[in-house]
Amino acid sequence: MRSFLSYLARRLLASIGVLIGVSILIFVIARVIPGDPARIALGPTASQSQVEALRHQLYLDRPLPLQYLEFVRRLGRGDLGISLYTNRPVVQDLEAYFPATLELVLLGGLIMLVIGIPLGVLAAYFRNRWPDNAARVFALLGVATPSFVWAIFLMLLFSYAIGILPVAGQLSENLKPPPHVTGMLTVDALITGHWVVFWNAFRHMLLPSASLAMAGLGQAARLTRANMLDSYNTAYVETARAYGVAELTIARKYALRPALIPTFTVMGLDFAAMLGAAFLVEVVFNWPGVARYAVEAILHKDLNAIVGTTLVIAAFFLVVNIIVDIVVGYINPRIHIKRDSR
Amino acid sequence: MIWRSKAWFRFSRNALSISGFVIVAAAVLLALFAPWLTPYPAEAGKFVDFAHASLPPSWHHLFGTDTIGRDVLTRVVFGFRVSLGLGVVVLALAAPVGVLLGLLAGYVGGWVEGLIMRTTDVFLALPPLVLALAVLGFLQPNLFNAMMAVTVMWWPWYTRLVYNLARSIRTEGFITAAEVIGASRSHILLREILPNCFPSILTKMTLDMGFVILIGASLSFLGLGVQPPTPDLGSMVANGAQYLPDLWWIPVFPGIAVLVLVLGFNLLGDGLRDLLDVEV
Repeated sequence: MRSFLSYLARRLLASIGVLIGVSILIFVIARVIPGDPARIALGPTASQSQVEALRHQLYLDRPLPLQYLEFVRRLGRGDLGISLYTNRPVVQDLEAYFPATLELVLLGGLIMLVIGIPLGVLAAYFRNRWPDNAARVFALLGVATPSFVWAIFLMLLFSYAIGILPVAGQLSENLKPPPHVTGMLTVDALITGHWVVFWNAFRHMLLPSASLAMAGLGQAARLTRANMLDSYNTAYVETARAYGVAELTIARKYALRPALIPTFTVMGLDFAAMLGAAFLVEVVFNWPGVARYAVEAILHKDLNAIVGTTLVIAAFFLVVNIIVDIVVGYINPRIHIKRDSR
Repeated sequence: MIWRSKAWFRFSRNALSISGFVIVAAAVLLALFAPWLTPYPAEAGKFVDFAHASLPPSWHHLFGTDTIGRDVLTRVVFGFRVSLGLGVVVLALAAPVGVLLGLLAGYVGGWVEGLIMRTTDVFLALPPLVLALAVLGFLQPNLFNAMMAVTVMWWPWYTRLVYNLARSIRTEGFITAAEVIGASRSHILLREILPNCFPSILTKMTLDMGFVILIGASLSFLGLGVQPPTPDLGSMVANGAQYLPDLWWIPVFPGIAVLVLVLGFNLLGDGLRDLLDVEV
């Protein structure tokens, strides 16, 4: 347990280092790229004195290190500046848009887990027969198809051809959103007991979440399959068989459990990568999430909003990685982390 | 002789690797000779023919026509040019930079290693698409800037790969031997370590072609890459998505084209990985 805790502490420390690095990187990108952010924000028709005033307001007339320190100081207070496009604090905008994205990504991760891993177990069990081959084709297609193409395929199939799921949006127009608790419609509807709203919102989420999950789903299945087959070939499975342990127990405890460790690590990365894919899927499904907000910000050269969104996504990415480390550390009984040996 | 080796036998017997090779070769040939191979080369870019607009797939227009009357098949094939071009330029810029930094970090060590590898960690801490978007957020949306944005975020993968390779090769006997006879640091880096990294780098570049094409298509899907009327797969899908479901052929065929292209490079890369027996 102690080694696990010190491992965790080390990971947290490293993550904080990376987060500081990310803030410097984003700051540098925002400042080094040619063009005056104030001029870009105000457009070519603004007068020179207006530009100067905004430059002063954005701290752009100070030396770079001072600008960075000011940036960090404001960050510490949870101040990401005012969005030049919506004219609201960026933090407020993110609070409004992030829950919708989080909801989508969480369901995507869940789909990846509950379909990907059983698919891998099936593929391992029926290796080199048709379920295995189907899983293989699925994995190849899943990774190679851009999420926005999945989104269009799934929309054509389920919303238009079969017609069982809504085309776009987050909630049908005739329904009122539930009272605001977390900002996630399905969760809020559940908490406040609005079952009709929950079911409606859930159905709206299915296609976008599935589009996000596709890339990781097949990969999760392939990894589970390969790792399960690997662990079936080990001496401890042989030993367990010799002792007469039930085949199902062997599958669950000795084959699946070690197979999940590398699978979870990769799935954590896939899960975090969904935030990138969400940019595309939200556009297709007209989903009012943070990705669509960021795309608007980019198209309008909204400096503060771009910096804020990128930082939030980076932080989310790091948090997911830490959670994955904890989960993997928990299911791996012999976790002992090698110090960087040189 | 590679074609008599066991690995080549494995590669050529593997239907998936071969189909990857065929897809990539076909795409490259189509892209190179697009003006001669497409049915309506004049319709690739600026062209309007409302008399033949929004036609469903038929023998005259296998993939149908778009809302201003351009042949979708022709535009898809010309779109390969942009996708492949983007992949080649990005990797030609990102890979050498990444490889060089990885070699330095892996062999020199010390603060050089610390600086390079911690910087790499920072770059790899963000989803690739998001970092490219952050860079593009401050630039004008066009193909050149999209290439630069993807390049800026792609080099760290090569640094990490070559760093790990260099560290394990560094301990091999032939490096010690070279050091003992007084070979210079640059000789060891470029003539001893680098050649041993080539198989892995080549495999990674093949696999990455697919991913770079995917990211490029994603950027232009968001309107941040190639601008119309240049034919590009991502922007064709974006454009066609607003006419769903009636004019389904406008987004669906370019979408399938991206899928096939990326799949081709993935299969070829997997085949190469087996053939060269490397980890990437």
